[in-house]
This record gives sequence, C-alpha cells and structure tokens, in this order.
Amino acid sequence: MLSVEEEKMFEGQPRGFPFGDFDIADVMLPDGDTMGIPSDDEEEEELIETETGLGHIVVVDNIPQVGAEKYDKLTKILSKIFSASGTIAENGLNHPVDQSTGLSKGFAFVEYENHDQARTARMALDGYQLDKNHKFIAILFDDLERLNDVPDEYQEPPQKPYEPATDLYNWMGDRRGRDQFAVRYGDETEVLFNDVAQQNPQKVKDRSFWTEAPFIQWSPQGTYLATVHMQGVAIWGGDDFRRIRRFSHKNAQRLAFSECEKFVYIYTDIPPEGRQPPRFALSVYEVTTGRKLRVFEGSQEDHAVGAARRPDGGMAYPAFKWSSSTDDGHAFLAVMRKNAISIYQAPEMTLLDKKSIKADGIQSFEWSPADPILCAYQEEQGNLPARVVLIRSPDREEVRAKNLFSVADVRMAWHPQGDYLAVRVEKWTKTKKSTTTNLELFSMREKNIPVDMLELPNKSEKISGLAWEPHGNRFALIHGSDPQRPSVSLYSMKDPKSGALGGVHHIHTVHNRSVSSLHWSPKGRFLLLAGLKQNGKLEWWDTHDEVSVVGAGEHLMATEVAWDPSGRYVVTSVTAVNQMENGYQVWSFCGQPLYKVSKDRFFGFVWRPRPECLLSKEKQKEISKNLKKYSKRFEEEDEKLLAAVDSELLAEREKMLSEWNSWKESRVEWAEKQKEGIKQLLGSKWVAPEEEYIVQEVEVSAIVDVREQKVESQ
Amino acid sequence: MRPYILQGHTRPLNQVSFTREGDFLITCGKDSNVNLWWADNGERAGTFNGHNGAVWTTDTTYDTSVLMTGAGDSTVRLWDITNGDELFKFQFHEPCRAVKFNVGDTMAAISTDPFMDSVSAIRLVKIADDSSEQSGEVLASMTGPRGRITRILWTDLNKTLISTSEDGCVRRWDVETGKMIQEEQVHKATIGDMQMSVGGTHIITASADQSAKILDSQTLQELKTFSSQVPINSAALSPTHDHVLIGGGQEASKVTTTSDKAGHFEARFFHKIYKDEFANVSGHFGPINTVAFTPDGTGFASGGEEGYVRLHHFDADYFTGGN
Repeated sequence: MLSVEEEKMFEGQPRGFPFGDFDIADVMLPDGDTMGIPSDDEEEEELIETETGLGHIVVVDNIPQVGAEKYDKLTKILSKIFSASGTIAENGLNHPVDQSTGLSKGFAFVEYENHDQARTARMALDGYQLDKNHKFIAILFDDLERLNDVPDEYQEPPQKPYEPATDLYNWMGDRRGRDQFAVRYGDETEVLFNDVAQQNPQKVKDRSFWTEAPFIQWSPQGTYLATVHMQGVAIWGGDDFRRIRRFSHKNAQRLAFSECEKFVYIYTDIPPEGRQPPRFALSVYEVTTGRKLRVFEGSQEDHAVGAARRPDGGMAYPAFKWSSSTDDGHAFLAVMRKNAISIYQAPEMTLLDKKSIKADGIQSFEWSPADPILCAYQEEQGNLPARVVLIRSPDREEVRAKNLFSVADVRMAWHPQGDYLAVRVEKWTKTKKSTTTNLELFSMREKNIPVDMLELPNKSEKISGLAWEPHGNRFALIHGSDPQRPSVSLYSMKDPKSGALGGVHHIHTVHNRSVSSLHWSPKGRFLLLAGLKQNGKLEWWDTHDEVSVVGAGEHLMATEVAWDPSGRYVVTSVTAVNQMENGYQVWSFCGQPLYKVSKDRFFGFVWRPRPECLLSKEKQKEISKNLKKYSKRFEEEDEKLLAAVDSELLAEREKMLSEWNSWKESRVEWAEKQKEGIKQLLGSKWVAPEEEYIVQEVEVSAIVDVREQKVESQ
Repeated sequence: MRPYILQGHTRPLNQVSFTREGDFLITCGKDSNVNLWWADNGERAGTFNGHNGAVWTTDTTYDTSVLMTGAGDSTVRLWDITNGDELFKFQFHEPCRAVKFNVGDTMAAISTDPFMDSVSAIRLVKIADDSSEQSGEVLASMTGPRGRITRILWTDLNKTLISTSEDGCVRRWDVETGKMIQEEQVHKATIGDMQMSVGGTHIITASADQSAKILDSQTLQELKTFSSQVPINSAALSPTHDHVLIGGGQEASKVTTTSDKAGHFEARFFHKIYKDEFANVSGHFGPINTVAFTPDGTGFASGGEEGYVRLHHFDADYFTGGN
C-alpha cells in the first residue's frame, strides 16, 4: 500500500515500478559510496553455492572396468544398487564405455528424480562395498567442479592480522550494577540498561534490521546476543556489540544454545514440497571456535513423536533439547524417535554408545536444568503401565522410574536448580469420561530419589500451573474447577515446623484469583501472580514467613512477564499478538510501577542473563548481613541522579516556556491589528469581549516534611 | 465535576460547539439531528429539524441569531436560532462537510466532498443581511486537494482561508484570487478537526496519525506536538489557560477486547507549553469525536461515537490548583 503522499507523487501514473523510462545508471551508487549503510560482509566472501541445475545427478566412481561381455550384467547390477536409494529418472543411468579399449570406464552418472533423493543416494552409495576390491566413491555432480578447483599443490592460507579480542564481560562491570535488556520492535533492535534512578532505560546499542527474526535471543549466560539471518546466525558481544562469530545455515529460523554456551544449534523447518513430507535441517556449532560439529537433516516425521508432534504431522519446536553441561565440558543433545530417544554428546556429536535408548511409547522428555538427567514419559502400551523414568547421561542409567496407571497426560516441571521434579499427571476416572489431576514429586537430592504424591483436596479441580521457587523448597500451584477464577496454593517440600525435608506440606491457599501464570523472582521469596492474556491483573506476594500481598497492579492486555536476573525488577509487556498497547512496563520486585515505554509492533523483551555468582555462599551471606554498609553508596548515587533528572526536566521546561513566550511576543503586533480589523469589519455589531474572569497567579506555601538533624560542631 | 449527559442523538456526534456568549451548546450528529442546549444546566432548548443526512458541522453568526449547518444530504441550511425555523437552503450535488461564516457574517465558506465526478471544493457564498433576500449563488469555488476538506477557518481579516484535509495537509487559500498559497503536510493521516486560539494567532489540528499539533496560523509552522497511542479526532485550546483538550480513541471497529479502557476513550488534558498530559476525564464508552471549551474556559463538552454528549463544568480546584 502506498501512503497518501506517495500516492500523490505518482498520481495518474500506472501502478508498479516505472521501468519504462528509467536508466539503471542513474540510480547506481558510485563505487565506494555506501549511503552510510555499513555492509555486513566486509570480510571474506562466502563460497556461493552454485546450482548448475544438475543437482539431481550423482557421479559414482570406482566401479569395476569390464569388457563388453560383462557390461550388460554389471549395468543391471548397478541399476539395482542405485535404485535402492531413490528412483532413477528415465534413461537416468549413464555407464560409459571407452571406445578405444572396449572396457567400461569405471564410473557412472545416475540421475534421480529430485535433489533430495540424489543427496540420500550419494550418502548411501559413497563407501558402498561392491566386492573385495571395489568400494564406490559417490559425489554430487554439483560438487565435482568445486573439487576440481582444489589446487594440487598445498598453498598456505594467508595469515590474518591479529585483532585484539573485545571484553565480553564488560557489561557486568557496570558501576551502578544495572542490568541490561534487549527489545525487538518494528524493524529495530535495541540493547538498553534498565536505569530506574533516571526513570528511563539508557541506550547501549541500537540497530535497524539487526535480525530478520521477530525475536532476539541472549546466550544463557548473557555473553552473546544472537541474530538470525537468511544465511545463518550471528553472535554479537563486547562493549560495542561487535560481531563475534557467524554460523552459516541456510534459511536459519531458530537457534538454541546449550546451557554452558559452548554449543549452539540452528534449526530450519522446511515446509513440504509437493507430496514430500516436511523436512528439517539442524546444524550444531561450537560457539568459541565456530567449528561445525554436525548437521542433522531428514524428514520431520522421524521425530514427530508424542508432544513433539504438530497436528499437521510435522515436528513441533523444539524437538531437539540441550542438557546442562557436565564438569568435563560435555553437553548432550537429545531428540525423540518412535519408541526411542537418541542422545548425542557434544562436542563429538556422536550417538551415546552408538545406539538410541529404547523407550516404548515415549511421549515427552525434559532435561534437568542442573544435571545431565532427563525425565521421559512413556505412555501405556497394552498391559504395560505408563512410566515416568529418569535417565542419566552419559552412562544412560535409569536412576529412577515410576509406574503410573490410567494416565491421560503427563507434564513435567523441573526445579530451576534441579533439586526437585514435579510431574503433573492427568488420570482417567473409572468411567473414562473425565480426568483428575495429581502431582508426583521427585526429590532429586535425596537418597534413592523419594517420590511424594500430592492430590488436591477437591478431586474435580484441575491444576493449570505450577512453579518452583528458585533456590527454595516450595512450589506454587494454580488450581480450580473454574479456569477463569482459580485458586493459588503454596506447598513446601520441607516441614514448616520442624524444618525436616520430605513430604509435601500445604502452606497457604487463596481462592478466586484472576491469574493465569505464576512467576517467582529468580532469587525466590517473591511471587508474581499474573492474569496474562486476560485482564492483565498483577499481584505480588512476599512468601518469606507468612504469605502477604505486597503489591498489586494492572497492565492492560499484558502478554509476557520477565524478572530481571537479580530479582530487583520485573517487566510486563504487551507484544504484537495484540494490536494495541504494545510496549513494556517496569515494576519493582514488590509491584511499584517504575516506568513505561510504548513501542508499536513490539515483539519482545529479554533481560540479559547473568552468569552464576562467583562468590561463595558464606561471602554472599556476609554481604546480605552488612547490606546497609554497601547500600549507602548506591542510595547516595541514586539520589544524586534523581536530582539531576529533576533539574534537567526543569531546564527543559524553562526552555520550552521561553521559546513559546518569544514566539508569542513576535505575534503581538499582528494580533493587535487583527483585533482592530475585526472591530471594523463587525461595525455596529461589535461587542467588547467580556472580561469577567481574571487569571491570577497566587503563591501557596505548604510544609511538606519536617526533619531534625544533628549538626556536629567542628 | 459531575457532567451532564445529554441524550439527544441516536447516532455518533459530529460536532459540539458553544455559541460566542457561552450560554448555548449546539450539537450535531450522524442521525441528522441538530440540538440546542442550555450550557449551564444541559436542558434542551430546541432542535433544528429538516436535514435528511448526517449533519457534519455547524456555525453561528457573531450575534448568535443565525445558525448554519452542513450535511451529508448535500445541503447547507440557515436557521433562525430563536425559533428553529429554516431560513434558507443551499443545494449542492455533493455532501457538505465544513461551513464557516467570515468575520462580519457577510460571506460563508462551505466545503463539499469529492463525489461522483466532482472533486473536493471550498465554495464561497454571500450571506444576506435579510434572509428573505438570500440567494443560492456561489461566488467562487476553490478546488484541488484530494480527499475531503474537513475544516475551514477564516483568518487574516477574511483575506485567507485555512483548510484541513483527509490527506493530512493544511492549506492556505487566498480568498480574493481563489488560489492556494500554501500547502503543508502536517500530519500523516486524516485531520479530523481544527480549532483556532482566541486571538487567532495559532490553530490546533487533530489527526488520526495519533497526534495533535499547534501551528502558527500565519506561517503554518509547527509549534507543538501532542502524541497519543490512539487516533485523535478532535482538539481544543483553552481560552483562559495554557491547556489543550484532546479527544479520540481506538476506532470502534478495532476495539476487540472487552475492556473499555483499551480504547482510550478519555478526554485528555495536556499542558500547551510543556506538552505533558496532566489529567484525563473518562466516561465515554466509544471514541470521542468532538470536543469544545466553553468560551469562558470554565467547562467543556465532548461528543462521542456512542451518541452521548458530556457537558462538564470544572471544579474550583481546576482554577486554583495552578498549572
């Protein structure tokens, strides 16, 4: 759609780009002129993938050379082998004969129906052992030229000049201890400091078209910012957000870092073509080196199992999930197959023990956030009951399993530090007409991993949300029979009186809350109840000794909640799923509204994560004990900043006022003339304007506060 | 500040305005009604019946004896305010959107919409002292801009006209020659309303591009911008204070949620110089289409898409609370 002014510009002209009377040279930029748009590709040109149109053809070499008498027989055998991995096109097999010797040349061209078949065939045929002496070498015809271009002599690559590395942790040294966040709206991406003292975020870096995706992503420890492009994924970091590395992956759509930030995978969902089922491509890279570790390609159907299956038969994202890392620097990538789960070990990216783990009827799995242990749910199979099983990597040992009966559905929720696992089980009633919900609670840190069962007092109630308190033993539940007005309850895995671990203990329940999700502060203690996608009602709880409501608010149409990593602030935002009200609101940890920013087409708000605290537990305790000593400095700074903001605002107002007054001054003469003129034009009808009102400026003084302070004499 | 809620229209309001003396409020709407109300207590004083289409605008003569109305039925009519009689009817071929008497009430400017073969136009007619001698003759037509002309103001002692259009432009016209002398793309979307300050030095425009702007009436130079999250349909300047009143709201067709807060249907007060919003008055449950201050600045009226007019008189602390 053209805007009004554009339409006016081209009024009366035919629609479309006016190629007719147009010289391309007129609009070409002179060499070296970039119009101030920096190019991303200032470095090496990437090898462009050539498409010769012969992508369906595979060249197979190292075929026995035979005379005319055996030629037909061999061709027949070849055609059989070749067609095992795809349909050969009509007259698609070319097995040439050297006219001078009468022997076959020892290689063949095979044309398949499509590119994908050719690729699978190449993989299958390369290394195929025909007999003792003949092992096929197969390559795609498209690769032939590239391989031909490799010079015979080794040439040492030119040494790249040394570039000092940027300090990736610069942002953590902020003197005022502020946290950063990234926002994505319209075509813009911004990184900002959350500056509460100044009542405004402070920009660190912004860029238009930084990423082609409608989201922005930090690496799990906050070191890198990742952007998604047609050609792959780029990661950025350091104080100036320079590009650290690129990972090429055609039509990249999504990415996932392993928890340790060492590995990343990039994922593309390839929609079905014709009768072909949907496919996917996934590349795994090592972040620090940029080394490509492995590529997974194939049909989505292979992994579209249970919870990872979309209604259309494709694979729901994310089907591949990273584990946390082990002490020796490994991480595991797991994916379900039919009746099995495959676990690959990074950085080698080999299948653990070279085979998938058998898991009949597997429906879903989740990794523990702290240990390389995954929890898998297997549905009922004939007489076998449903099972929830915990499997440890890399030894693939089942550390705990629990059988369950008449299960309709299972969902898992890990404690953020991996201390507990809650499994929410929907069970069929005897009539199989309705379900009841209960929880199976695994205490991961206890010997033999005891499991406690929790049933709600009212069996007709459903559990619609569960959240574990970070660094704690408690969890909060949303439950109730009316999804619009549910109850919220708090339970503990520790006896509240004796302090002994074990068992589930009810602590607190409130009824009739309009809440759809629960959000704990990352440091625990404070819990935010949010009615997202409903009315935007917000309620803050302090659960320290007794549960008390410490704050309440409302963010109309809010869709997301995000606590900052320090647990000092929480942000609610309205993303572009709603047409209106787009933007974000920053609150204090107990629900004081701090500032609000409106942005049209707002796609997302993400806090920059912080790495694990390096201070020992004792040191942290000591700091919180002597908090007053430390906080004094920050409070003073904050006050100074606030004063500066106030005086800035005053100066700004002063300026606006004087500008307005000088403009008014310049119009006085004209206005006087007008008054006179109007009086004349109206003649006898003219009435003097009534001056009944007087605007009077009155100064009023009031005492706001009285404080006594001792002044020490010197 | 409990408002009077005036229920005299069954369809959206198009304009509310006070007479010069401030004792009457005149409202017109899409239901083809024109109502006259006592400004102090909100009682209806009378109606002007006759239009067969949405009445887009009204204007009164300096002495508040004659009312002029422009309507979608392609007529502009003159009425006797004292008894509601129709005095004269200008018949056009296009809907009439804006009408304005000049200073001295000797002429009127009438804008007509683009319709069938016609383009939008400002037409000048002579207003007779004695309505029995009134003729329908059009003295001059100024044509040109695309889109409807939504408001017209006389300025510079009847020498020039300022018009606002649906294309977001503000234009100045020479009355003598009928030529356009200035054109400024002030807004990105349709300008729904334009009102003039008391001394005539500046004007305020309200646009669907979610902003209202104060312009110098002689240079059309932008002096202030007030922004909103929703389209603005109308804006008014306080005659006594440095206050700006803005009315608008999410278009009714786009309000999808149940909460009426989402639409921002409040009348909002901004400081004219500092541009801060310092108050808002809720009550309408549809977008506000039109707002007006009383001539003495002691109150305001707003007319909504839902068909209600809310007539407010400010509390004492509006005047003592300072700016």
